[in-house]
Amino acid sequence: MKLSFILNGATVRLDAEPDRRAVDLLREELGALDVKEGCGTGECGACSVLVDGVQKLSCLMLAAQLEGRTVVTAAGLGTAEKPHPVQRAFAEHGAVQCGFCTPGMAVAAAGLLAENPAPAREDIRRAVSGNLCRCTGYVKIIDAVEAAARELAARKGKTEDAR
Amino acid sequence: MPKRHAPSLPPSPPRADALAKALGAERYAFDARPEGCLWAGAFRPGALFGPEGGMAHGRVRGVDTTAALAVPGVLRVLTAADVPGANLQGIVHKDQPVLCGEVLRHAGDPVALVLAESPEALRAGLAALRADIEPLPGVFDPEEALKKGAPQVHAGRKGGNLLLGAVIEKGDARAALKSVPVLVRGEFSTPVQEHAFLETPCGVAQLLPDGALQMTVSTQSPFRDRFEIGHALGLNPFKIRVRAPHLGGGFGGKDGATVQCLLGLAALKAGGRPVRMVWDREESILAGYKRHAVRLRYALGAERDGTLVALSCRVVFDTGAYAHLGSEVMELSMEHAAGPYRIPHVRVVGRCVYTNNPIAGAFRGFGVAQVSPAFESLMDELAEKLGLDPLALRRKNALRHGDENCSGVRLTGSAQLTDCLDAVAAHPLWTTREAWRAGAPAFTRRGVGLAAVFNGMGYGRGLADMAIAKLELTEAGGFLVYNGVPDMGQGNSSAFALLASQELNQPPSAIGLVQPDTEQCLPSGSSSAGRTTYTYGNALLKACAAMRVKLLSRAAMALFCDNLEGMELLPGMVRHRPTGKSLPLAAMAGFLSRDDRVCVAEALMPVAQNPPDTGKSFFIGFPHLLFAYAAHLARIEVDELTGRVRVCDYLAVTDGGRVLHRQGFDQQAQGGVAQGLGYALLEDFRLAEGRILTGDLSTYLIPTALDLPDIASEAVEGCEETGPHGLKGVGEVGLNGPAPAVGAALYEATGARLRDLPFTPERVLTALRKKPRRRRT
Ligand code: FES
Ligand code: FES
Repeated sequence: MKLSFILNGATVRLDAEPDRRAVDLLREELGALDVKEGCGTGECGACSVLVDGVQKLSCLMLAAQLEGRTVVTAAGLGTAEKPHPVQRAFAEHGAVQCGFCTPGMAVAAAGLLAENPAPAREDIRRAVSGNLCRCTGYVKIIDAVEAAARELAARKGKTEDAR
Repeated sequence: MPKRHAPSLPPSPPRADALAKALGAERYAFDARPEGCLWAGAFRPGALFGPEGGMAHGRVRGVDTTAALAVPGVLRVLTAADVPGANLQGIVHKDQPVLCGEVLRHAGDPVALVLAESPEALRAGLAALRADIEPLPGVFDPEEALKKGAPQVHAGRKGGNLLLGAVIEKGDARAALKSVPVLVRGEFSTPVQEHAFLETPCGVAQLLPDGALQMTVSTQSPFRDRFEIGHALGLNPFKIRVRAPHLGGGFGGKDGATVQCLLGLAALKAGGRPVRMVWDREESILAGYKRHAVRLRYALGAERDGTLVALSCRVVFDTGAYAHLGSEVMELSMEHAAGPYRIPHVRVVGRCVYTNNPIAGAFRGFGVAQVSPAFESLMDELAEKLGLDPLALRRKNALRHGDENCSGVRLTGSAQLTDCLDAVAAHPLWTTREAWRAGAPAFTRRGVGLAAVFNGMGYGRGLADMAIAKLELTEAGGFLVYNGVPDMGQGNSSAFALLASQELNQPPSAIGLVQPDTEQCLPSGSSSAGRTTYTYGNALLKACAAMRVKLLSRAAMALFCDNLEGMELLPGMVRHRPTGKSLPLAAMAGFLSRDDRVCVAEALMPVAQNPPDTGKSFFIGFPHLLFAYAAHLARIEVDELTGRVRVCDYLAVTDGGRVLHRQGFDQQAQGGVAQGLGYALLEDFRLAEGRILTGDLSTYLIPTALDLPDIASEAVEGCEETGPHGLKGVGEVGLNGPAPAVGAALYEATGARLRDLPFTPERVLTALRKKPRRRRT
């Protein structure tokens, strides 16, 4: 089928089998190698992307389900020059070890903060509980999300002051 | 005495790799997708006979490739007959066929390899393959496997199913145990554990026109892999190039060949096209290496004042179908079997046994994780019997610098277990434990447990633990560190960049890293054994020192200075302080030849001098000289109705010598504890006649963010004088504490000593039924 959706801010149009897994479409056709795959069965969260702002497992989605949607992967959250506060906080707070879970984890955290700008630690635990990390024990991941929430709040404060 | 409380280095910057990984910009072997690549996949028929069927031992009568070859897009189907060379892989013992032509020895053994144009064609090709396999009686229990008449895993092998029998002995434990005033004994078992790294084994390979084989693979051991591949496939190892980008986790499970030999074979038959192989999660669990399941029998004797006198221990290791590192893992188990304590009389007997179970091998905590719950449980039992405080009993017997350990090695390195225990004793989680326990909500019980653990560093005697660092001044005037030891996530490469930036007095941005590549970097051993940062770090310090002298002297020449006096290496330049004349590094790089811009230096980990006269049957690895130590504390809550255990608080105090990068140190402690808590409570690897019943992440559960507490990590700052800036490796030791600490807490909460891991709700409930209420002391 002809498919069109927005990936990390750019419109993509391509021909795809409607039952192609979204993770394959993103990685193999569109080169979004930041989307990882750790299980292919919805257990690990490594393939997480934001679809219309909501965390989804791209290994459980089909290409057709992306039609007309807005998809954001870790690479779409921020860049080296302008990282998303979650990404910067992950790096600064030691939330990254092997890093294989990290893109999916960052997507989950960004999705949480968009919905709940001041989450408690338990909220963060719940929000990332579908994302497995075998390296960190999660402590620093949760620290990082808290720090990112603070930073976002400070930024918001600033823009409001400026108004 | 090791120096204490050396001044800390300045606060460290974030890891060099962290932001790129958070942005999703890092590229792993998993992401290597060369243009026009083929896909390779293994056919493992032992796992294919439905959930109730499957076969772990069988004779291969034939493989029918016709239907598979008829699948559009399938190019080749290879079997054992197509394997050039020995068709045997293995790190120490070459006993594992790349493709099995005669016998299947475990459910994950491969008999064919399919090459296809696409993943879809590969899947269809694999599904169309048929194998004719005659079932053979299997053996799934190591003690059964040692009995007369047991099925032989490697028929005709001298020694039968016994891979290795070994003894470590000091003093006369048998006699001493007969006369000790206090004796405790117990039988324990520890289960298989799956690494569950997030990146499954994977890689790409290509045969170049000149006959060289090149490979990018998720591996902990690129230099050794060449020999394993070369032997298995009949290739010159020096015509094999292996690159190891950042790994998506390893933990021991990628030490040795996973995909390597299959991938090499595929590349040999791909007509020069690149080939990609990725194991999916199920294949990774089925065919990958695991932590050894072990059965342990212990007796520990002491004086009435708590002084330990004698220990006897027998371990039986199930190494599964192939040796992998079975003997070496058992060696570590035996060497650590008596705990981090001073005991004059010790006898440890080990048997490592082949069965038709999945292959066991290296896993963080390498053998030590299996003995720790046992020796610590007995220490608690002893403390109770003697009416002593469990922490005080440990402190009294803890190994210190200068002591002789239980295998007879004099500890010349830093050993600060007592400081770790003191830090726990002073911690509010310990001092407030009584009040906390008393506050247990209805239908729950609380308990607090502690554990003292340790872990040897490096390869041990008999196998040089060496690293060779290479450092280059780049044309732009920056520096490149050619890392020889893969970074599986522990951050060693960032630590190397940090070391180089400090030693060379350059900003972090001036230091680049080349990740392991057998063509550009130099052999530096595997990423394992808590050795990575220690050994390569020492080599790198030497290379930096040589580079500094080189740059100062070349600059002295160019600046017409008579000697190096007053010459200093500053960010981006060398300056002659007295005159203020300076030379930018970029300018120097312009007039130095490439050869002259490179410094190479090696370092060797020290080994025990005058090794004790025991442990003779170990081929390599006995004994170790340097150890990291830790004291752990767990506060848990047990649900009386469900048997579920919640870990409420956790503290790890670690002696890793001097702390070079505090954040990295805490990462290692927390990560090790997380895997250890999984091992203690959740990870229940189930097998039935060699078939894996927990073959994916929905049945084999590893901890999520909801299963773990905020793990606190503290450091006792010391100094290991042989280490780079006084550091010791802390990658392994953190995994050893949780199972014993949780076990002790469970005893306090339930009154039952659980001796079989993991402590699942079923086991805890059973224990609670037997001990309905416990008097609080
Ligand atoms: S790859 Fe999608 S959840 Fe694991
Ligand atoms: S950092 Fe390795 S899995 Fe999370």
